[in-house]
Amino acid sequence: MSDQEYTPKSKFGKWFNDRLPLLTLASHLTDYPTPKNLNYWWTFGGILTFCLVTQIVTGLVLAMHYIAHADMAFDSVEHIMRDVNYGWLIRYIHANGASMFFLAVYIHIFRSLFYGSYKAPREIIWILGIIIYLLMMAAAFMGYVLPWGQMSFWGATVITNLFSAIPLVGEGIVTWLWGGYSVDNPTLTRFFTLHYLIPFLILGLVVLHIWALHIPGNNNPVGIDVKKPSKDTVPFHPYIVIKDTFALLMFGIVFAFFVFYTPNILGHADNYIEANPLVTPAHIVPEWYLLPFYAILRSVPDKLLGVIAMLSAIFILAALPWLDTSKIRSAVFRPLYRQFYWILVADVLILGYVGAMPAEGLYLLVARVATAYYFLHFLVILPVLGWKEKTLPIPLSITEPILGGSPNLATAKNKESLNS
Amino acid sequence: MKNFLKIFSLIILFSGLSLSTQAAEKVEYLKTDWSFKGLFGKFDRAALQRGYQVYTEVCSSCHSMKYLSYRNLAEKGGPEFTEQQAKAIAASFEVTDGPNADGEMFTRPGKLSDKFVMPYENIKAAQAANGGAYPPDMSVLVKARGGGVDYIYSLLQGYEDPPAGVTLDDGVYYNKYMYGNKIKMANQLSDGLVEYSDGTTATIEQMSKDVTTFLMWSAEPHLESRHQMGFKAIVYLIILTILVYYSMKRIWSRIETEV
Repeated sequence: MSDQEYTPKSKFGKWFNDRLPLLTLASHLTDYPTPKNLNYWWTFGGILTFCLVTQIVTGLVLAMHYIAHADMAFDSVEHIMRDVNYGWLIRYIHANGASMFFLAVYIHIFRSLFYGSYKAPREIIWILGIIIYLLMMAAAFMGYVLPWGQMSFWGATVITNLFSAIPLVGEGIVTWLWGGYSVDNPTLTRFFTLHYLIPFLILGLVVLHIWALHIPGNNNPVGIDVKKPSKDTVPFHPYIVIKDTFALLMFGIVFAFFVFYTPNILGHADNYIEANPLVTPAHIVPEWYLLPFYAILRSVPDKLLGVIAMLSAIFILAALPWLDTSKIRSAVFRPLYRQFYWILVADVLILGYVGAMPAEGLYLLVARVATAYYFLHFLVILPVLGWKEKTLPIPLSITEPILGGSPNLATAKNKESLNS
Repeated sequence: MKNFLKIFSLIILFSGLSLSTQAAEKVEYLKTDWSFKGLFGKFDRAALQRGYQVYTEVCSSCHSMKYLSYRNLAEKGGPEFTEQQAKAIAASFEVTDGPNADGEMFTRPGKLSDKFVMPYENIKAAQAANGGAYPPDMSVLVKARGGGVDYIYSLLQGYEDPPAGVTLDDGVYYNKYMYGNKIKMANQLSDGLVEYSDGTTATIEQMSKDVTTFLMWSAEPHLESRHQMGFKAIVYLIILTILVYYSMKRIWSRIETEV
């Protein structure tokens, strides 16, 4: 953290700060120069931190009442819903909180994609983010298993079985994961343990993610480097703090609506049926946030290749800073990329939709086309676009007028919004 | 701000989509006015009490409700029987307790703290008595079925003669709302089957509605306090959001940038 020196005023403060520079850290966080043109798509970082803390706090309380045993898990969840004081509230916040977390993370990721936030010098922030996203998926999947309903059980069976696609050792790995010859009590207890552990790993990675962010500073809608501090920046406190708070409250209203008025809409009804290894549900579907990857998995006829395609779809994102060859960050100045960006958004939404549908007929065809396009976007379109695209002239700074003949600040500002 | 409204409407759109994809799977169920729907939805006390009566006199001979206790019947937000009534209801059931000092199990009249007495000892016994089909526990049944209350309400009234060409095995019945149309539960309701203590006419429709209301409560016993708290929470959040919005405007007015 390369800030100007900070000296505490009090003697004790100075004594303490010389030994552990917490006050320097606090001062850095308060003064942290932030580009002043950040729009509301940038508020989701703060919202995500809130989501993580909410999940950890509610999860902690749930873990005090939950019993990780195949015979008692379902009953203990009902006990939480009925007999624990405000247990229903805590559980509904936790269950819907997972969905809200993913909603926010998808907005956060697609913000990065639009404004090129993953490009140099922010590659490490981006890769840390992808690792966090992976861990989130693992945590969410294992969390969904804990109530030990039908979808929990069969979802766990389907997903763990994916490992059996690995040649030679696959079956052995699956048995090892299960701790037996089917998903059963040992699977549940280890999933509970890991579900408890992962959020703290995420928390650690979030600290690194923010630390890495504070080295180059925030990207911004114009996508140019800004001098810090300068006329282009504002101190984090109070400007960004109040703006993030406002956005968080708006988000909180949506969150509260789900929790209080449609708490079960994002879950599957079958998960209120206790797990039964002898009865397979008609359709086994994962939670909505995993559907695009589920669609990719099922669109490949071969099991092993399907698993590889699904994992590649996630890991390809980590290579994004090098796949995107354009020197211009923001899509505001990339007229062609902007169009392909929206096609990608539509593509992922379509994948999500077909992921929820049975893998047959037209749905399967659509899933295959959309999967192919997904990889085409990252592997072909992005690199080629970087070389071929004629970009618009970019301004020199956020506030200063720009080089003659190029669009002025007003147009740049107008184009900040994603729908331009 | 314009930008923000876009994000906000996107989130609303997403919520709407998730609602509509659920709706897309639905068969056309019978509709009725549920008092517990909506922002201020509350249970109809009388319907809950009548629904309990239908459950005890009809359903409970096969269906358990293992997550409910007799004390729940007197709790706020439920059927709200008086404590005396709930005690009397509990005492009308024989509960197995023990072992006593001699190591013997014994039976005694039920207490408020007892769970609802189960119709069968275990699942196997339930299956043996019902042609191999296990009558599901009804505590969370409403939440465990895609169509929720509308589905249960329709199913109870959905018994018909099978259309030509459909043959049914022994002990299998035709129901137009059941998944696959074949159900192992016979039609249970007939007009005047129960005699409501409050004088309501016990039509099939009435009994279906009452017992479904009761099942909704049993699946979501805290629904009323959830709705009440939700309204307060959202109003509070909206007020706070407005206050923070104006503070934000004020703070940002120190620099010449729109927020």
